Amino acid sequence: MGLQPVWDWFRILHETTGIKLTIFYDAFDRARFFNGFLTSVRLMGVCLVFSVVIGVVGAWIQGSRFRVLRLITQGYIQFFRNTPPLVQLYFFYFALGAYLRVSTGNGLTVPLVSNFTWAAICLSFYAGAFNVEIFRAGIEAVPRETIEAAESLGYSRLRAYAYIVLPLAFRISLPALNNNLVNLIKTTTISYAIAVPEMLYVANQIWSDESNVPEMMNVLLIAYVSLVGVLVFVMGRWERAMRVPGYMP
Amino acid sequence: MNWTPDQPLVRIRDVVKRFGQLTVLNGISMNVHKGDVICLIGPSGSGKSTLLRCINGLVPIDSGSILVEGQEVHDPKLDKLALRRKVGMVFQQYNLFPHRTALDNVMMAPIHVLKRKRDEVEVQARELIRKVRLQGKENSYPGELSGGQQQRIAIARSLAMNPDVMLFDEVTAALDPETVKEVLVTIRQLAEEGMTCIIVTHEMGFAREVADRVYFTDGGVIVEHGPPDQLLSAPKQDRTRAFLDKVL
Amino acid sequence: MGAGDACAGVYAVIANRADFPVLLPFRPGTGGEGFRLSAWHGAAVVTALVFAVALGEAHAQAGAATPSILATMLKWTPLLAEGFALNIAMSFLAMAIGTLVGVPLGLGQISLMLPVRTSSWFVTQFFRNSPWLVLLFYCMLLLPFEVHIGNTIVPLPGWLKSTIGLSLPVMANVSELVRGAVRSIPYGQWEAAESLAYTRMQTLWLIILPQCVKRMTPPWMNLYAILTVATPLTSVVGVSEAMTLTGDILSSEGRTELLVPMYLYLLLWFFLYCYPIARATLRLEKRFQVR
Repeated sequence: MGLQPVWDWFRILHETTGIKLTIFYDAFDRARFFNGFLTSVRLMGVCLVFSVVIGVVGAWIQGSRFRVLRLITQGYIQFFRNTPPLVQLYFFYFALGAYLRVSTGNGLTVPLVSNFTWAAICLSFYAGAFNVEIFRAGIEAVPRETIEAAESLGYSRLRAYAYIVLPLAFRISLPALNNNLVNLIKTTTISYAIAVPEMLYVANQIWSDESNVPEMMNVLLIAYVSLVGVLVFVMGRWERAMRVPGYMP
Repeated sequence: MNWTPDQPLVRIRDVVKRFGQLTVLNGISMNVHKGDVICLIGPSGSGKSTLLRCINGLVPIDSGSILVEGQEVHDPKLDKLALRRKVGMVFQQYNLFPHRTALDNVMMAPIHVLKRKRDEVEVQARELIRKVRLQGKENSYPGELSGGQQQRIAIARSLAMNPDVMLFDEVTAALDPETVKEVLVTIRQLAEEGMTCIIVTHEMGFAREVADRVYFTDGGVIVEHGPPDQLLSAPKQDRTRAFLDKVL
Repeated sequence: MGAGDACAGVYAVIANRADFPVLLPFRPGTGGEGFRLSAWHGAAVVTALVFAVALGEAHAQAGAATPSILATMLKWTPLLAEGFALNIAMSFLAMAIGTLVGVPLGLGQISLMLPVRTSSWFVTQFFRNSPWLVLLFYCMLLLPFEVHIGNTIVPLPGWLKSTIGLSLPVMANVSELVRGAVRSIPYGQWEAAESLAYTRMQTLWLIILPQCVKRMTPPWMNLYAILTVATPLTSVVGVSEAMTLTGDILSSEGRTELLVPMYLYLLLWFFLYCYPIARATLRLEKRFQVR
C-alpha cells in the first residue's frame, strides 16, 4: 500500500525510542482506532445537527398559542438543563433501556436501541434544550417595532419572520450557539460510560492490549483538541461573516 | 532643552497623525504660552480630540514635534510620567474610578504616582473639592453623583497633580444642559487663576467669554485662528463662516 | 474612538456602547454554560423521589423480609455522605487550584509581551478545547503515583490526580473569565489612569482589577456549580466518590426497585448543595448590577 513506508517509520520509531504507536504500524490497531475516530466524528456530527433541529423546533413551539405544548417543551428544557448529562445518559440507557427490549426469535431479548443511539438521543436533547433558550432569546431581541415596520411595508407576518426576524435572530444567537455546540462535542466523550465505541473507548481497549498508555493518551488529547479546534475555527469564521456591523452585545 | 517661561509652554510644529488610510492631523502648528486659554472648535472628526491626546502622549504622532516645557513629547526616551505630571487631562466621559469615593479619586494619583504623604494629599484634595464647589460629596461614589458633579471631581482629580497645563476634551458634551454651566464656571475660574488651558468645546458662548485665542480646525488643518471676538463674529475664511453658521 | 484604535492591541478594548438602537438586549435564560437552580427543581426531585419510592414499594416482592426502600436509603446514607464529602472536597480543591493558576494565566493573555500573550492564549485555548473526561483520564493514568519534592515523597492518590485533572478546565475557564472582565472595563478608565501617570502595573492592580472582581464573581460561582456537578465524572476513572458508591450499593443490594430511587436520592444531595450556591450567585449578581 502507498502509505506503508509511513507505517514502517512508526515501527522503526518504536524499535529505536520505545514510543509505541501501534495505531500507525499495526494494521489491526490502526483499523480499530480509525473506526473509533469515525464513530466519534459520527456521534459529534449527529448530535450537532439534531441539537440544532431540536432547538429550532423547540423555539418555534415556545412561540405557539397552545399552552399545553409550551408547558411540555418547558418541562423538557428544565429537565435536560438542570441535570448532569452523565446522569441523563445512565437514566436513558440503564433505566429506560431496561424496558425497551425486543425479543429475537429464540427467547432472548435484545435492546431495541443501541448505545450509540441512546448517546445520540440523550446528547442531542441535552444540547437542544440550551439551543431552544438561545434561539428564543435571539428572536426576542428583535423588537416588536421591527415587525410592525415590516408589516407596514407590506410583509405578511410569516414573511416578516422568514425574511427579517429569523435572519436577525440567527445572527444575534450565533455566538452563544457556537459556545453551546463546542461544549456539546466535548461532552460526547461521556458516551464512554455506556461503552459507545468512540475514540476514548477504543483507545482504552488498545492501551489495555498494548500497554502503551502515555502514547495513546497523548494521541487522544491531540485528536480531541484538534477536532474541537476545527469546529471552533469554522464556527469563528462563520460568526465573523454573520456579524451584524456595529452590534456589540 | 533649557526652557524659560518666555518660551511657549506647549509648542506644536507640523504634527501629522494618520489612522490607517485616514489622515486625522495634517500639519498642525501652534504655540501656547503660560496663562493662555486656547479653545479648539471645529466639526467632528477634525482631529481636535486626537490633537489633545497627542499633546499628553496618549497617542503617538507620525511626524512633527510637540514640545511641552521644552521636552519633546514623542521622544522614545522621554520619561512619560514626568510629562503627565505637567499635563492634566479631563475627558468627555469623566472616567472617574467607580470603585473609589470622590475623595479617593482625587487623592489616589498623588499618593500612588507622586508618592506624597497621605495627610498632606488629603488636605489638598479636600481643598480642591471645595474649590469645585462639591464640599460634602467627598464620601460619595461616582455612581451617586450627577454628570456635572462627576466632571468637576474629574477636574479636581487632574488638578491634584499640580499640572502646568490642563487639557479639556469636550468635557460638557455628555452633560445635561442644566449641568453644563456648573462645569463651565469651574473652568472659567481656573482660567482666571492663570492656569494654561487648551479646551476642545462646542460651547461657542463659553469660548467667547473665556478664550484668549480660538482655533478653528477642519480636515486635520488649522483653518483660522484669532481672538474670539474676531473669529466668532467676523471670521475671515469661508469654511469658518460655514461652520459657525451651522452651530450658532 | 481614534485613541483606542491607535494604541497597542491589548489596549484596544471595545468601549462600552449603549444598547444597539434597533435591537433589544440578548438574554438567553442562562449563559451558554450555566443552569439556574430554583426551588422548583428541588421540589421536582423530591416529587420524583417520592413517586419512585412509592412505585418501588408497590413492585417489591411480596416477601416481608425485604426492608423498605426508605429504610435502605437511610441505612446507606452515612456511606453516601462520606462519598459526597469526597465530591465536595474535590470540587473545592479543583476550584482553588484552577483559580490560583487561572488568574495569572488570564493576566498573561493581556500582557504587553507577545511571547507571554501567545503562550497564555495557547494554553487557555488548549485546555478549553479538551473534553473534561479525556483530561481526567490523562491525569489519572499519566501522573505518577508519588512525587519527590526535595527530600519528601508526596503520594498522589487517585482522587487527587482526578482533582488535578478537573482543575485544568477550571483554570482555562477562569483565564477566559479574567480576560473578558478586563476587556469589559471601559477604555476610558485606562486613559484616565494613563493621563494621571499611572504605570501599567499600577493601573491594573489599583484600578482595573478591583473593578473586575465584582464582575467576575457571579460567573466564577457559576463555574463552581458546574464543576461540582461534573465531579461524578471521576467515577468513570475509578474514584470512589458518591456516584461510584451508589453503584456499589445498588449492586450489593441487588434489588432492581432501588435503582431509580437511589439515583434520585443522589441527585437530591447534589441539588441541596448546589441550590444555596445558586441563590447566593443570583443575589450577588443583582447587587453588583446596581452600582
